[in-house]
Amino acid sequence: MRQSLLTYTLSLGDNSMILGQRLGEWCGHGPILEVDMALTNISLDLFGQARSYMQYAAEVEGKDRTEDDMAFLRDAREFRNVLLVEQDNGDFAHTIVRQFFFDAYHQLFLKALCESADERLSAIAQKSLKEVNYHLRFSSEWTIRLGDGTEESHQRMQAAVEALWPYTGELCTSTALDIEMADLGIGVDVAELKAAYDQRIAEVLKEATLTIPESGWQQTGGKEGKHTEQLGFILTELQWMQRAYPGQKW
Amino acid sequence: MKNIAELEAQFQAKVDAEIKIEPKEWMPEKYRKTLIRQISQHAHSEVVGMLPEGNWISRAPSLRRKVALLAKIQDEAGHGLYLYSAAETLGIERDELVQQLLDGTAKYSSIFNYPSLTWADIGAIGWLVDGAAIMNQVMLTRTSYGPYARAMVRICKEESFHQRQGYEILLTLCRGSEEQKAMAQDALNRWWWPSLMMFGPRDADSPHTAQSMKWKIKRKTNDELRQQFVDVTVPQADFLGITVPDPDLKWNEETNHYEFGEINWDEFWNVVKGNGPCNRQRLEARQAAYDKGAWVREAATAFAEKRAAVAV
Ligand SMILES: [Fe+2]
Ligand SMILES: [Fe+2]
Repeated sequence: MRQSLLTYTLSLGDNSMILGQRLGEWCGHGPILEVDMALTNISLDLFGQARSYMQYAAEVEGKDRTEDDMAFLRDAREFRNVLLVEQDNGDFAHTIVRQFFFDAYHQLFLKALCESADERLSAIAQKSLKEVNYHLRFSSEWTIRLGDGTEESHQRMQAAVEALWPYTGELCTSTALDIEMADLGIGVDVAELKAAYDQRIAEVLKEATLTIPESGWQQTGGKEGKHTEQLGFILTELQWMQRAYPGQKW
Repeated sequence: MKNIAELEAQFQAKVDAEIKIEPKEWMPEKYRKTLIRQISQHAHSEVVGMLPEGNWISRAPSLRRKVALLAKIQDEAGHGLYLYSAAETLGIERDELVQQLLDGTAKYSSIFNYPSLTWADIGAIGWLVDGAAIMNQVMLTRTSYGPYARAMVRICKEESFHQRQGYEILLTLCRGSEEQKAMAQDALNRWWWPSLMMFGPRDADSPHTAQSMKWKIKRKTNDELRQQFVDVTVPQADFLGITVPDPDLKWNEETNHYEFGEINWDEFWNVVKGNGPCNRQRLEARQAAYDKGAWVREAATAFAEKRAAVAV
């Protein structure tokens, strides 16, 4: 049970951290200064969440390790984030669609996690939910604005939807661990979120004049540690200092 | 109608009486031009300054440091915004100012044309670059143009936080391993002289200073500010236990100031002219962000127009 709680908590931290790392790549390069700041803001929130989860994971593990050990000293196969969050930034359309697909899930997930029997997870969820409400508003508004903007922005958004759609199915597919945690009243059976998720996506994409792809094929594996090739490169940068200078304080 | 000489005399009387000049009021055309040049240069510096530090976001060595660095760079973007707004009160649009940056007619602080090579550079930039910026900006909180002075008050609070944060990064390194301390020393070696150059040419080579002082845009000369920076910063280096890379540096009992060596003015002018280690990369990065963002800005405008049409 302790091992399960540890893995589960880390998986939540990994989602926030990897997406935060991706958004951090935009800092200084955004299309508009105000948008640059907003992306950094979301990145900051996500890293804050990641720290809360990883601090808790370190306590659950009980081996006197820290949040940084959790973030910087695990290998790619031990990461449990969904594949969606590790996908590269692409153009701004890809970044916004990735964000919207994740935020829509994240909000539903956190609402459910607020009810967790685990007080720490519930507290983290309550704090994070306030932030994610704002993230979802931002990404929904930009999805609509760019989908229904110009011919070019519409095409770019539709291309991003097509490219990222195969990574949405994993969000609401429950793993054995999800079900184990849900049965204990600690975690969320994410399959139960699927109807609400699909509805949310359909509403916003419709207003954005974008179409949901026909093909139903969905990629999975991230939640079991089987990632796309992109994660290794993310970790190479993320973990470089801690790997190059083992055991030092910064 | 009053003639120009009368208006100018009234304007100067107001400046002398320490009454702030506000956007709608009459001001000499040269005063307006000088302010636009200075404020926009300042705004561009905030934005270009995001690049050398942004370079280390993905590699920051701990989660705590990463969050602090992200927040710091976000502050700089905010400073850019306040300053562009202050410049806009003088009757010029942000987009035109950005064009001037991209086509090279507007400058930004040369310090950001140096590369950030190690994590210690993030400490050195906060400590020295934000530290030097504070000297200038504290003075500018009392500048004669109201919107600029008010922007500076907000900015200064954040800058001194950045400065302490940078110093604390270096303090951690200097209290750490030999390897870390060497990293801190190396960063000081590379950032010290460029930081002194941030205050601009010597007073003797600074033709605009006298007029700017008369208009109270500036209240201290380049050399005065530079001296103030050296006096404050050298003891901080001593406390860290690292050495300022200047063999001529010494305390003068009589003047109560540090004496320091001659700046390499060839290097200074070279970097100003575009030959610094990163001038090309910095402008290319800004140009790329601008070009890649064009369709986003167009779409946002088109969408706003569509919605406005529906609302009517
Ligand atoms: Fe700043
Ligand atoms: Fe700063």
